[in-house]
Amino acid sequence: MTLLKKVMERVLQFTPEKEPDPLIGEGKYIGKAMKRVDGVLKVTGQAQFTAEYKFDNIAYAALAYSTIAKGKITTLDTADAESSGGVITVITYKNAPKIGKPALMDPSGGSSGAMAADIPVLQDERIYWNGQPIAVVVAETQDQADEAVSLIKVEYEEEKAVVSFESELPNAKTPKDVLGEDPEVKVGNAEEAYEKSAHKVDHVYRTPRYNHNAIEPHATIAHWESDEKLVVFDASQMLYAFKNTFAKMFLIKPENVEVLSPFVGGGFGGKGSMWQHSILCVAAARAAKRPVKLNLSREGVYRIVGGRTPSVQHVALGANQDGQLEALIHHGTTQTTEYNNFAEQFSFPARYLYNSKTFDIGQKVVHTDTLANTFMRAPGESIGTFALESAMDELAHEMNIDPIKLREINEPKSDPLRHIPFSCRNIVQAYKVGAESFGWDPKKPGSQSDGKWRVGQGVATAYYPYYRFPGKAKAKIFSNGTASIQAAAHEMGMGTATVQLQHFADRMTLPIEQVSMQYGNTSLPESPMAGGSNQTASLGASIEAAVTALVEVCIKAANKSASSPFKGLHAKDVDIKSGGIYGKETDVGCSFVEILKLAGVDELEAEGASGQPFEMLKHSMHSYGAQFCEVRVHSETGELRIARWLACFDAGRIINPKTAESQFRGGIIMGIGMALMEETIYDDRYGRVANPSLAEYHMPVHLDIPHIEIKYLNIPDEHAPLGARGIGEIGITGAAAAIANAVFNATGRRIRELPITLDKLL
Amino acid sequence: MAQTSTMSITLNVNGSDYPLQIEPRVSLLDALREFIGLTGTKKGCNQGACGACTVLVDGNRINSCLTLAAQYQGVSIQTVEGLAHGGTDSSPSEELHPLQSAFVKHDGFQCGYCTPGQLCSALGMLAEYKNGVPSAVCETVCNQPKLTNEEIRERMSGNLCRCGAYNGIVAAIEEYAGKDFMDNKPATREGAR
Amino acid sequence: MKNFKYSVADSLDSAKTALMERSNCRIIGGGTNLIDLMRENIEQPDEIVDVSRLSKQIQQLDDGALRIDAAVKNTELANHPKVRENFPVLSHAIVYGASGQIRNVATVAGNIMQRTRCMYFYDDAAACNKRVPGSGCDAINGINRGHAIFGTSTSCIATHPSDMCIALRILDTKINLESSKGKRTVDFADFHRLPGDTPHLETDLMPGEIITSIDIAHSARGSSTYRKIRDRSSYAFALVSVACILSIKDEIVEDIAIALGGVAHKPWRADILESYLRGTPATEGRFKEAIDREMEAAVGFKHNEFKIELTKRTIFSVLSELKTEENSK
Ligand SMILES: Cc1cc2nc3c(=O)[nH]c(=O)nc-3n(C[C@H](O)[C@H](O)[C@H](O)COP(=O)(O)OP(=O)(O)OC[C@H]3O[C@@H](n4cnc5c(N)ncnc54)[C@H](O)[C@@H]3O)c2cc1C
Ligand code: SF4
Ligand code: FES
Ligand code: FES
Repeated sequence: MTLLKKVMERVLQFTPEKEPDPLIGEGKYIGKAMKRVDGVLKVTGQAQFTAEYKFDNIAYAALAYSTIAKGKITTLDTADAESSGGVITVITYKNAPKIGKPALMDPSGGSSGAMAADIPVLQDERIYWNGQPIAVVVAETQDQADEAVSLIKVEYEEEKAVVSFESELPNAKTPKDVLGEDPEVKVGNAEEAYEKSAHKVDHVYRTPRYNHNAIEPHATIAHWESDEKLVVFDASQMLYAFKNTFAKMFLIKPENVEVLSPFVGGGFGGKGSMWQHSILCVAAARAAKRPVKLNLSREGVYRIVGGRTPSVQHVALGANQDGQLEALIHHGTTQTTEYNNFAEQFSFPARYLYNSKTFDIGQKVVHTDTLANTFMRAPGESIGTFALESAMDELAHEMNIDPIKLREINEPKSDPLRHIPFSCRNIVQAYKVGAESFGWDPKKPGSQSDGKWRVGQGVATAYYPYYRFPGKAKAKIFSNGTASIQAAAHEMGMGTATVQLQHFADRMTLPIEQVSMQYGNTSLPESPMAGGSNQTASLGASIEAAVTALVEVCIKAANKSASSPFKGLHAKDVDIKSGGIYGKETDVGCSFVEILKLAGVDELEAEGASGQPFEMLKHSMHSYGAQFCEVRVHSETGELRIARWLACFDAGRIINPKTAESQFRGGIIMGIGMALMEETIYDDRYGRVANPSLAEYHMPVHLDIPHIEIKYLNIPDEHAPLGARGIGEIGITGAAAAIANAVFNATGRRIRELPITLDKLL
Repeated sequence: MAQTSTMSITLNVNGSDYPLQIEPRVSLLDALREFIGLTGTKKGCNQGACGACTVLVDGNRINSCLTLAAQYQGVSIQTVEGLAHGGTDSSPSEELHPLQSAFVKHDGFQCGYCTPGQLCSALGMLAEYKNGVPSAVCETVCNQPKLTNEEIRERMSGNLCRCGAYNGIVAAIEEYAGKDFMDNKPATREGAR
Repeated sequence: MKNFKYSVADSLDSAKTALMERSNCRIIGGGTNLIDLMRENIEQPDEIVDVSRLSKQIQQLDDGALRIDAAVKNTELANHPKVRENFPVLSHAIVYGASGQIRNVATVAGNIMQRTRCMYFYDDAAACNKRVPGSGCDAINGINRGHAIFGTSTSCIATHPSDMCIALRILDTKINLESSKGKRTVDFADFHRLPGDTPHLETDLMPGEIITSIDIAHSARGSSTYRKIRDRSSYAFALVSVACILSIKDEIVEDIAIALGGVAHKPWRADILESYLRGTPATEGRFKEAIDREMEAAVGFKHNEFKIELTKRTIFSVLSELKTEENSK
């Protein structure tokens, strides 16, 4: 944490609490399980995804990828490709349009840039990773472009590359910071405390690389309306940062760039930062002087879109006779590159979940010549909870106490390291509700079976921090009684528009049928990226600000008329109710429609901006959950099946139980994949992904997934907009540990390396 | 030297004929999406591994990415755009197919990208089931299986959903298929659970 | 994918003629493997003849065998009443393969002819003797979790990925072939090859030849099953699979046929195990001995060593399951 942040955190402790948003209570729509507003579009095939926008005279692009990890291109012969049928142009570093220095993504959430890595895009002969784009073919059809790619001949001068994570471990270094936080935290002498502890566990846990694998592959359509004016459809989780990146790298004004991303077919972090294809597509459109579509092949996604780092984590826990932690030691190493320096924050859970007399937490990274790693659903917390929550289970077993009890004993009253209050933390209650509904009753490890299947139960804590970023929104009212809200927000399946319309309708006290939302393009007010589960809270705050501004605008506009009921009143003196604005004390006022009549206009609008997220400095804000599962392990073949799942979350106010449950389930299912089968396999001889295919990268299918029961406490967080903290990522956290713990309970075998494939259980 | 020779074919999609002049290598999926402009059918992998491209051909579900458009002349192709009753491709009907409504009701999707494939696959799957086609979780292949929750999940396993909407999808199919079909005893085939 | 000329064979003869007369001509069934391989530039035909519209009959022959035409779809075959009734193991093996969508288009011949899923075979940056003879084999010292443990060579350690073929291997299966030069019939056992030093030659199919049909009859009678072990519960290729028919009378193994999938370049019949057990007491002890003997020839590599133990356990599990079934008859 920067010194400034630390000081602010201290100072803010003495400021008064902000009044909670009245909408954190029950609303007419908030809290209701409503169907998605875009449901019909999605089930009828009318929801248009990026690659589906139609432009006259569109051309198709395909990429050629390097087959070495490091070195230089010595020959690049594109003659055959150029003369292949339908080919319009072949672009390589030799003839590429000038593309500026990568505008890097800002990890603190700003929109100055989006590029994932600081590697020049097609500007010279250097190769930085195995799979790097080395040429773009533009042709009349996709098949023609693809064929021409296969005709490009290339030779390299190879240099020695560092590609193996495992063999680089001895060279691990401490990064400058971990997402703005200190990479190392020490409280007391943890080594010594550990040694003296009555109960100890000390183990190493490993997680492999993973890929997001959204079913929609990355796609971009670029159209230069003129030399200076660019329109891009791009499957993106970060619209404004994309806009600014295109502007910077193509040396045009940001206001001349429009980026549209109305529906995104899943992101999970993979469409967060910008990968080279977006830039290459824009360059190709410039070179071809036509609109160009670049739809990555599935292999292409694996070659140029980074995934989750592998990790090696060491957790040592020491506890006294009563189970209180004397030492919490969590160290580990992840992989990154010189070009992106992203140390995945696996140590965050250990900083917030438990009380301990001493702490020793530290992260290291190794640098390799591979594709840049990136954030993937709950970066850090997903893999960090696997190690920490497995270790807690091992400690509970060692002490012969219930693992839930052990967590209860170590439940902190306030943030154990920052020493500031939690905003709202009900983890113990989540465990209680979860345990009851699930029927938590683990028997002696290895003692239960059903025929040839061994059966066991497991539990683990889910944990994800609260994030909010400042943003803007515009609210509008119309003379026909409708209202709309606008923000450059993202819909990738989270139900963005659905929940914000519930919010907006309640805030405007209008029937939901009368409100609409425009989102998904940069002609709308700037909204933060969709990442870190921040969107609901961030939009919640910016919409609140927009509505407040709209009230002010309404009063002013109405006051132009002599018969305005708002003479002498300001926003603070009125309430929105019954579809209009009324004096707090006087109860005098009128409907929005009447306001427009008084003002003599057809519509009124106002933009509002939410403030800095000081609530995150004043309070320690996080979401929590308890993951329960029952697994079955075949005693002969080691096959592993999830028989039951129940999770109980403490994530603040749930605005829409239907979409929220889907988000939780989606996270859990990705966690099941992470635990059982997923792995991006690198061939360490070449630094090349060996399984760039959905047939060989296994993710869960229907049959792998039982019914998943979701519970939530629904206790609003007074310090969060709408009382809601994020829910998109927490589902994956703790899931892998719950499974590993259940496998131990079923078989007596502790698997500390993911994925838990059947060979590990033979 | 590459050939760029094309051929003329006619595809019948959702009841309409589409004459096309295309290269023989064009897949049915690309013919639908890029040449006819019916983008409801999705491309997730182009290698048979995700099911997003599932369409119905004479009522049978297939992956349109691993087939040549030229192989599908003279048959009736149905895509997600043709599921809603009374709709045509240019003006889809407001009235949803009951399975579509069930998907909305049970939140059988999130991002919606796998959804058209899931819908077509589910309809094809139920037709197969009615035809007596066995599955890997059937106790025996000799008699008509009961359509358990597990049967649905096995039979739908060719359709990946990365958003993890599996529970909602299965609930929607169960509701649509009706209680008569359903029998919720778990199947007991060894190795299949 | 390279472009090609496409035509539909309206008769077997026209397909045979096309194959014989035109250079670099391939036939296509469902296309689920060929198109995938063409997209990866592994297969690059100039011409394609579609045989998926040729006869799709399943008929009983005079000797009781079933004749299944090459263009019969996998789903139809799995669902045919005669197959379900008389050859349930074949139905089961088929429905364990791929997905419903793929089985609906995949043909019998295409399934038999499908090529390996070795990840290096699919990567044109890799050394692969199967794709480019003489280029080497990146799998032997690379990622080989899915690879073979029986019958490997220093040239190739790939597996044949079919499930259907494992069941065919324990039936008495013949493949009927035709070319414009004539007809012949080969035993299924002899059709697929081991890699040796020519891993690019996978079957006994001669240039110009077409599979017209297969004949299946019983090689053994008794209880049967197909078990497939994989990295997820469905829609994944086998790590190991076992097709088995077992009959036990008075505690004695009367008849047994067993074949393994996911472990070799061809469907692997466990002959040693069979002859060890045939006519001897059906005890768990003898099962284990027989399995150990069969597995003596297995050689694992860095990532697939576990398949040896897994195969042993899966066979044992299947034998005990079938024994219970037989005993309850
Ligand atoms: C994602 C995915 C998962 C899969 N999983 C499995 C699985 O788990 N288990 C499994 O068994 N299979 C699996 N498969 C493979 C599938 O079974 C095969 O692709 C299919 O059986 C091939 O049949 P086809 O008719 O489509 O063959 P095609 O692709 O049409 O042809 C394949 C080959 O057979 C040749 N051929 C076709 N007809 C004839 C003929 N009459 N005579 C001679 N040669 C002929 C073709 O020239 C070609 O070389 C999977 C496939 C995919 C894409
Ligand atoms: S195992 Fe066979 S198919 Fe795989 S790389 Fe080696 S030679 Fe090629
Ligand atoms: S796009 Fe056809 S199966 Fe994935
Ligand atoms: S809804 Fe997004 S992949 Fe299924």
